[in-house]
Amino acid sequence: MVNYIKLIALGLVTLFAMMGINFARDVAYQFHAIIVALVAGGLFIWTLRGIGTKVSHPQDEYMDGVIRAGVIATALWGVVGFLAGVFIAFQLAFPALNFEWAQGYANFGRLRPLHTSAVIFAFGGNALIASSFYVVQRTSAARLWGGNLAWFVFWGYQLFIVLAATGYLLGGTQSKEYAEPEWYVDLWLTIVWVAYLAVFLGTVIKRKEPHIYVANWFYLAFIVTIAMLHVVNNMTIPVSIWGSKSVIVWAGVQDAMIQWWYGHNAVGFFLTAGFLGMMYYFIPKQAERPVFSYKLSIIHFWALIFLYIWAGPHHLHYTALPDWASTLGMVFSVVLWMPSWGGMINGLMTLSGAWDKLRTDPVIRMMVISVGFYGMSTFEGPMMSIRAVNSLSHYTDWTIGHVHSGALGWNGMITFGVLYFLVPVLWKRERLYSLQLVSWHFWLATIGIVLYAASMWVTGIMEGLMWREVDANGFLVNSFADTVAAKFPMYVVRALGGVLFLAGAVVMCYNLWMTVRKAPAKEASLSVAVPAE
Amino acid sequence: METYSFLRQFADSWMLLFLFTFFIGVILWAFRPWASRSYRDTANIPFRHEDRPATDKEARR
Repeated sequence: MVNYIKLIALGLVTLFAMMGINFARDVAYQFHAIIVALVAGGLFIWTLRGIGTKVSHPQDEYMDGVIRAGVIATALWGVVGFLAGVFIAFQLAFPALNFEWAQGYANFGRLRPLHTSAVIFAFGGNALIASSFYVVQRTSAARLWGGNLAWFVFWGYQLFIVLAATGYLLGGTQSKEYAEPEWYVDLWLTIVWVAYLAVFLGTVIKRKEPHIYVANWFYLAFIVTIAMLHVVNNMTIPVSIWGSKSVIVWAGVQDAMIQWWYGHNAVGFFLTAGFLGMMYYFIPKQAERPVFSYKLSIIHFWALIFLYIWAGPHHLHYTALPDWASTLGMVFSVVLWMPSWGGMINGLMTLSGAWDKLRTDPVIRMMVISVGFYGMSTFEGPMMSIRAVNSLSHYTDWTIGHVHSGALGWNGMITFGVLYFLVPVLWKRERLYSLQLVSWHFWLATIGIVLYAASMWVTGIMEGLMWREVDANGFLVNSFADTVAAKFPMYVVRALGGVLFLAGAVVMCYNLWMTVRKAPAKEASLSVAVPAE
Repeated sequence: METYSFLRQFADSWMLLFLFTFFIGVILWAFRPWASRSYRDTANIPFRHEDRPATDKEARR
């Protein structure tokens, strides 16, 4: 019965998408209609051929297939996103790389949102979905709820990524930072996200443990808050159902405030709360000891979600936003420093009594340095949110450096650590293919981040000082082009840092691939006694 | 009273009070002295049921 409803729905979607190809008002919409028609048509045939076959969901086994797929997607999208970042970094240093023949498709303006979305939503999002499915099953001692719904979440999310990325290249964007996809892509993500929430919450509800482990609290806060932010920030009315252009219902400064309420909490709940969920599960696992203080983790959770949600206005200092609102954002940002460092201490101190592991286990070294970068960027962030500091740092590359010390250092490194943990477990290997390659990855990535962050601090502060420099008569000394010329060497260093980070990720992919192919398989069950001769 | 002023006034009085009390309440709750044992148990959840889900018999309530 369900299959017939599915067939009708898929048929209708295919038909609608084909009409879309015909009536499309712009290239992005037309291209997306082709993708949707192919996907829905393909699924129609696949469903039709699959009618009558039974899919089994044994409740005494974990559902790991979808997590394996998520791990592969994370690694692949990671490399794609880093590669895009390296390329646009070189485009900034050498503008000739904005090729004439690719104008309007592959110039910096089009590729930059592709890079940010690829690393945040494709790399980070897949890591979050896969790791949350892993963690919620293990800590609830229950199989994922909803049968194949988890697969729908996985593939639906990949479709969202493809639609978003191709849309940017073809000009389908609503120009809101980190929320660029147009209305129909937003609607699709909303459906996928509600399914994600259902799978996660369903598993938590049918758990076999009396308590909900703290990692799940962080994951749940991430899923719920992102749903809320996404819906409110994307309240748009399409100009035509056959076109990608839409108009936002919020006006003026309200729109700006909602955008940065969204934007900052995307950082706070997507890149922080979700990844803290990873930290609270995988660091104890890798260190083989429980979290330093469970009490502190509860306080960390409530303090983080109570404070983060107010910090957004610090993106709008010296704008049309009322002073009281930007002061509020600034104060909450500074207060936020405390729970952030509480969480960092909790993660680091989990290793107390096992510090020797830092020397022997490069995976835990990766996780620890990620928490270190978390601490560093959660100190830098509050400092930059102070109005006086912001007047120097805003619109400069200092911001870019800050974002990348957080994203490459904290999000990137913890995700690499999680991938190194998950691959042997999910493919039932005894160990990783090579720990030496993990060390190589660690140092390539760390040196890459140091080059990146240091060059951006230098160029950002230089740029900020050059912009505000006035001569004795009160005239500005530098033109904008002067600052661009002065930044060239730092841009090259930054791009080289990106190359190192990308190289590390490629080494990781090779190592993980070889782990699956070559590492010795784990014994199926050691409880079956082997007779001694 | 216009909506903006009403919401503004509500936000920095009753809502502020409510959120603040709730937050303090959570902290006091986390520090309740008799909870340490159950926290120790909860903190060890990651080290159970690694390979397969708990059966109904093993389920802890």
